[in-house]
Amino acid sequence: MSLPLIVLLPLLGSLVPLLSSNRQRNLNAWSTALLPAIALGIVIAHAPGVVAGEVYHSSMSWVPQLGLDLAFRLDGLSLLFLLLILGIGLLIILYARYYLAPEDSMPRFYAYLMLFMTSMIGIVMADNLLLLWVFWELTSLSSFLLIGYWYQQSEARRGARMALAVTGMGGLAMLAGFLLIGHIVGTYDMQTVLDSRELIQADPRYLPALLLVLLGAFTKSAQFPFHFWLPHAMAAPTPVSAFLHSATMVKAGVFLLARLHPALAGSQLWLYIVTLTGLVTMIYAAYFALLKYDLKGVLAFSTVSHLGLITMLFGLDSKLAVVAGLFHIINHATFKAALFMSSGIIDHETGTRDIRKLSGLRRSMPMTAALAGLAAASMAGVPLFNGFISKEMMLTETLESGLLGGLAWLIPVLATLGSVLSVAYSLRLIRNVFFGPEAKELPKTPHEAPFWMRLPMLILVGLCIVIGLIPAVMVSGLLDAAARVTILAPRPELHLSIWHGFNLPLLMSAIALAGGVGIYAVRRNLFSFQRQFPQRNALMIFEHSVRRLLQWTQVTIDRLENGSLQRYMLWLIVAVLFLTGSGLLDLDQLQGSRQPQPLDGLLLAGAGITILAGLGTAVLHRRRLVSLMMLSVVGLMVSLAFARFSAPDLALTQLAVEVVTVILLMLALFFLPQRTPKESSGARVVRDVLLAAGFGGVVASLNYALLTRPLDSISGFFLDNSVSGGGGHNVVNVILVDFRGFDTLGEITVLCIAAIGIYKLLNRLRLFMPSSDSEGRPWSRDLHPMLLATVSQSLLPLALLVSVFIFLRGHNEPGGGFIAGLVTAVALILLYIARGVDWAQQRLSFQYQPIAVTGVAIATLTGLGSWLFGHNFLTSAFGHFSIPYIGEIELATAMLFDLGVYLTVVGATLMILANLGKLTTRHRPSKENEKETV
Amino acid sequence: MEALYATVTGFLAASGLYLALRGRTFPVVVGLTLLSYAVNLFLFSTGGLTTNGAAVIRDGVNDYADPLPQALVLTAIVIGFAMTAFSVILAMRVRGDQGSDQVNDQRGEEPKEEKS
Repeated sequence: MSLPLIVLLPLLGSLVPLLSSNRQRNLNAWSTALLPAIALGIVIAHAPGVVAGEVYHSSMSWVPQLGLDLAFRLDGLSLLFLLLILGIGLLIILYARYYLAPEDSMPRFYAYLMLFMTSMIGIVMADNLLLLWVFWELTSLSSFLLIGYWYQQSEARRGARMALAVTGMGGLAMLAGFLLIGHIVGTYDMQTVLDSRELIQADPRYLPALLLVLLGAFTKSAQFPFHFWLPHAMAAPTPVSAFLHSATMVKAGVFLLARLHPALAGSQLWLYIVTLTGLVTMIYAAYFALLKYDLKGVLAFSTVSHLGLITMLFGLDSKLAVVAGLFHIINHATFKAALFMSSGIIDHETGTRDIRKLSGLRRSMPMTAALAGLAAASMAGVPLFNGFISKEMMLTETLESGLLGGLAWLIPVLATLGSVLSVAYSLRLIRNVFFGPEAKELPKTPHEAPFWMRLPMLILVGLCIVIGLIPAVMVSGLLDAAARVTILAPRPELHLSIWHGFNLPLLMSAIALAGGVGIYAVRRNLFSFQRQFPQRNALMIFEHSVRRLLQWTQVTIDRLENGSLQRYMLWLIVAVLFLTGSGLLDLDQLQGSRQPQPLDGLLLAGAGITILAGLGTAVLHRRRLVSLMMLSVVGLMVSLAFARFSAPDLALTQLAVEVVTVILLMLALFFLPQRTPKESSGARVVRDVLLAAGFGGVVASLNYALLTRPLDSISGFFLDNSVSGGGGHNVVNVILVDFRGFDTLGEITVLCIAAIGIYKLLNRLRLFMPSSDSEGRPWSRDLHPMLLATVSQSLLPLALLVSVFIFLRGHNEPGGGFIAGLVTAVALILLYIARGVDWAQQRLSFQYQPIAVTGVAIATLTGLGSWLFGHNFLTSAFGHFSIPYIGEIELATAMLFDLGVYLTVVGATLMILANLGKLTTRHRPSKENEKETV
Repeated sequence: MEALYATVTGFLAASGLYLALRGRTFPVVVGLTLLSYAVNLFLFSTGGLTTNGAAVIRDGVNDYADPLPQALVLTAIVIGFAMTAFSVILAMRVRGDQGSDQVNDQRGEEPKEEKS
């Protein structure tokens, strides 16, 4: 099947212009036109089959998990649009070749244009809702590039941004609507969706789905109140406007209405929303088209108005309304593209688009004047042109609609009013620009445009006339094929002809023509009437509101994220209190069913000391040293608590860590202020105390509720399998190095990373050294008291021996790598304290970073080793051996792992403390330094 | 006993949080350490409070302390140390580079000083 080629060829075509340089303009244009021309050929080759009733499909799976397929279809509706997109697209390529100035980059322009053409083709051929949306967003993006083509102009940039914001937002809404439809139907396949009308409309999600899809269509087709982006998109080069606003971009919206017509239309909701939106847009925009002074501004508003007309036709419930809408899509594309091209020529040749300055151009550019005049006649609905036929059909259909019940006459009256205005602005466009006295003081002397630039116009105007004269021959087959997939109900017979006899629609047409001329005659009164309203620029309003939105978000962000750690803590704690507190509120009672255990005096005393020390740490926090001592009391009490409740491993670990922590904090305190100044206001203290009390209360309640409820632990597994599976009797250690060894590997890696991070943080750190303590007392000059030095030195071998002992027996008795590592570290640090960093460094001449890293490496390699034996990561093997005086120990691979833990703990702890200690010695007053200075 | 234990945890948590809400680095670090004690106690108690339970598997003993929370808390203690160490060194670094030991972002106030 060649269907994907129709999309693929223009996509490739977006690369072709980039291959040639800006100077070879003819080559550039012709090579760009080649691939879409082939695509058009493929489309035309399929046309007879489609007209005969065939629907071609082609599908490839793309992201099946999302229901997104690369599925394309070619039916009557696709055919109609493909002919417009490719046909007018080719004319635009030709026109742009002569329109663009030598300094404009032609390859860039053509690349954007082809990308845009590809995405439009994708929309009209998509056979999958999600795929349609992908191409839809692609049109928003590529039209952004096209509208902003002259990116050096502020107007172009801003217009492009606004178009992108509005259509992109609509696209997202449409996606939401598509997702809803997909959920209702169960698939995103287009044919299934189109066949599921009853299912969709019976679903309660029909309303939101319809509204969202319509939001997408209305923003794209610039329907009121989303019309405001379109006039500002006129900052684009005129070929872009001619393409985007005649045959493509804005037609995507009405295409969507037609495409989903079988699935979504037919309800009262559709009838009212779509018809009335279209009607309001038609009249509103036609009125403003009459008032604009910019040629392209007039055309922009008239485009909006005609899109309103088409939208209204797709909404109406009468028989041939949809056919009339489809017909008008063709007609509008032809005459509007021609008119945009003529405005481009005028701009190109005279240097201005201001209607007030232009006048009498028919003398200097007769051909352009003639072509523009004919196209405008078609727009106004003058008989013998194609615009007349579709307008007649439109008036006929409005007469047959039952909308608004007793007020149904309002619809044809308003439609006629729209036609009157349409005639008036068409007349004004032609008469003011081409007739009247010859214009003076134009930026350029006007003369006729080159033939190749007029040729696209000539072809389009020719089409207007031929379709107008012999509509049945030209388009009835195409319209029939398109209507076949758009209308589900039995199709009425289509009779396209110029003459239907004297009837009401003909009278309405006559009224429109006469009224239009009349309004044109009194237009100056309208202008002065309009002048009493303040001028409003949609772009300014839009940008102002965007700025307001940004300001508002910035203010909100600043309020939430104000750089205050205290504020963040507050939010965190409030959230925790809310979540946990609400959980506690759901409990029937705090106390559970378990019998409380008895109290004794020792426990009471211990608890009392812990609470007092904890409170002391907080209350005395401004005297930092005291606070730190209180903290160490808490740490020791916690360690005792672990010992009391049968957790010797924890008690040992906590004790060792406590020592290291306090040494660390003491060292740090040396460099930090000794006291905290009184800063917090009374209100802040009250707030924090209340918050802390609330938090403590919640934690205590939670803990109590947990402790008094029956316990169902999974630890039975570990107790049962520790000896048989892990080869150790100390279950805690077996869990650490065996059952949950992977977790431990993670933990020591984190420890190592933290230590390395600290090492880097201490690098080249310059700190203020206080020469005395907070009381003003100078530091003792006796840095290394003899007693401490002697004791620590003799203690070191003993401590090392103990750590080896703890390490070896760790698998079966309380102990293990963590504790042994901490004991070793404490012993070494004691040496540092007693003898000073320099002394210790001389004797312990090794770096700690490699030790820590080696530890992690050993642990990892142990884990990897089990792969060699075909086991999972970190599977352990073990056997028992007897060592004299130590007793039976068990040598397991887990012990190797534990060695890694040991080394990491020693290395990391000393990396932190020894490096920190080094800072203190650098400029410290010592006896030797003093001698030197004296 | 459970009530007493819970009370201690609550007091430690409250004291730790109060300190963590201070505006200077050192009390915040101390507060975090205190908070981690409270958290460790809490975590430890999820296995129940066992008095005179066996820590090591012996034949004929059935009354074991729950080993799982112990293993979790053991690593938590070591990691808690790493966190305390990192945050206090970070505090020193901030003081060294910025000359202040305040926890709040000082950048926002600089333009004001320039103005005055």
